[in-house]
Amino acid sequence: MTFDHTTLSSAMFLMFVLVTLFVVYRASRQNTKATDFYNGGANFSGFQNGLAIAGDYMSAASFLGIAGTIALFGYDGFLYSIGFLVAWLVALLLVAEPLRNSGRFTMGDVLAFRMRQVPVRTAAATSTVVVSVFYLLAQMVGAGALVALLMGFTDPVAKNWVIVGVGILMIIYVTVGGMRGTTYVQIIKAFLLMSGAAVMTFMVLWHFQFDISAMLGAAQAASGNADFLEPGQRFGKDVFDAAGNLDAVKTLFSKLDLISLALALILGTAGLPHILIRFYTVPTSKDARTSVNWAIGNIGAFYLMTIALGFGAAALVGAEAIIAKDKAGNVAAPMLAEHLGGGAGTLGGAVMLAVVGAIAFATILAVVAGLTLASSSSLAHDLYANVIKRGTATPEQEVRVARVAAFVIGGLAIVLAILAQGLNVAFLVALAFAIAASANLPAVLFSLFWKEFNTRGAVWAIYGGLFSAVGLLIFSPVVSGAETSLISSTTGIMFNWFPLANPGLVSIPFGFFMGWLGTKTSSERNYAKYAELEVRSLTGADIGKAVQH
Amino acid sequence: MSQQDGVWVKAQQSPEFAKLRKSYRGFAFPLTAAFLSWYFLYILLTAFARDFVVTPVIGNINIAFILGVLQFVSTFVIMWLYERHSSKVLDEAGEKIRVQVDAELGK
Repeated sequence: MTFDHTTLSSAMFLMFVLVTLFVVYRASRQNTKATDFYNGGANFSGFQNGLAIAGDYMSAASFLGIAGTIALFGYDGFLYSIGFLVAWLVALLLVAEPLRNSGRFTMGDVLAFRMRQVPVRTAAATSTVVVSVFYLLAQMVGAGALVALLMGFTDPVAKNWVIVGVGILMIIYVTVGGMRGTTYVQIIKAFLLMSGAAVMTFMVLWHFQFDISAMLGAAQAASGNADFLEPGQRFGKDVFDAAGNLDAVKTLFSKLDLISLALALILGTAGLPHILIRFYTVPTSKDARTSVNWAIGNIGAFYLMTIALGFGAAALVGAEAIIAKDKAGNVAAPMLAEHLGGGAGTLGGAVMLAVVGAIAFATILAVVAGLTLASSSSLAHDLYANVIKRGTATPEQEVRVARVAAFVIGGLAIVLAILAQGLNVAFLVALAFAIAASANLPAVLFSLFWKEFNTRGAVWAIYGGLFSAVGLLIFSPVVSGAETSLISSTTGIMFNWFPLANPGLVSIPFGFFMGWLGTKTSSERNYAKYAELEVRSLTGADIGKAVQH
Repeated sequence: MSQQDGVWVKAQQSPEFAKLRKSYRGFAFPLTAAFLSWYFLYILLTAFARDFVVTPVIGNINIAFILGVLQFVSTFVIMWLYERHSSKVLDEAGEKIRVQVDAELGK
């Protein structure tokens, strides 16, 4: 008798959806103030928020993408894991605590603290929405492909329905549960993801009798690539010309591209709006620090496990079988689960595949809800309340606008994700990190630590970083000039004068430079307000009612 | 300058706050410089010193793997160091100033 996993998968998806909807509904009844929408009442413990941060941060790109990249390209997938983890030290040492102490709901709170509200809040809302929507798009297109693959849908219309379903669910989570509901969804997801990864890691290591070297050896042998365990199979490749000679210029660009990616990964995390607003869900800066400690513990453990998942998939499933199902390798982890359970057609295989599929689905839902919440909070609190209404809106009006904004962002994401079906949008995650590092991080760090920083500096840093990152990407090989570009080179349309696929190497220093230049060319200084910001940020004074302008 | 502004500026210019700022920045900034340098050393080695990092150490485990895992180790160690410094020094010093400022603000 053979077992088909699709019924079981559907049942598990459904169960996750029902449980989370129930939790979100219960959470909504705990909400007492309108502003709980933004920060969940700022009452979560450091441990809870640490799990929620892990749940918000570890996207499908982490779970499926990194395992897949390791399974297909070996060592280089591990580079992502390292960058995504080490990045948390920027958040821990420089951002989490001061941000908690000096803002309430959005990234814009801290950026606009001592600035003119209208220009800075507008810029903050713009970059929040751009970063979040790019990230959201990558997740939703991935969700369509993943669920279709796991359920065996081949019809593109079925993928569209998956995207619509994911979009509607995230809108419900956010509009009904606000930050509190979203936080619970992220905690549940983090628990499922960590447990699932731990079980699979244990099974892989058991298979190789806990001999990691043997696991790597088996992966290398199965790949048929002698260099599988060496860096340079995916990033920073040596490029050869037609005659087989090393092309020194192209090789250098390829290596610079790796450095550019590494820079965006490590500096982007502390500028991602959906991560930053999580620091507001705890009562004190000490809890914010504890949150990050728990997040680092979970995220670090998870990324170490990606080694076993990725190389395990390479050794036990094999790149050929993975590519046959998905060129990008995103099914490596689910296929590994099926293999560990006993293989395709067995009961164990069907159960494992269904469980891991449900975890991947949960992963996507928790992340898209966080992203939708971040953008709708910023549209309501930064743009509507402080730009359009100039601070005269009541909290109830603000939150009503936030709910409407969640529908608009969610609807936009659904439409864009359906249009982007079939495009390779994996680059959007790296782009979101690059914009966060180029536009948001300079503005956040200068705001917190530089006395002279002013309105023009903040605005120039944000738009400078944002436009340079997006602009360079448009003129990069991601968009045109190569066969795999969005506009394939076979069309003959090429405008790829920027040689790197990752803009960070140029756009991140540019964002910092524009922040400095804007500050120096404007005479506005607000040292008294900086005194307030600095004392607040380091001590938590007056935290009960920080920053209500 | 409003009365409130006066409270903040006075607190900022107090020797206690200067000491807290120095204790925070003197710890966090060099540590940030250190982990960023260590991370980019690792990235530069994997990009430009391939022959070195592919040297096997234990079975199939090469220097690149060991350096990668050491990045995890250093992240955990820095987290622990900062937690220790914060809970031993920063939390208490910040709390004293907070109580003082909140009293002056009339909270």
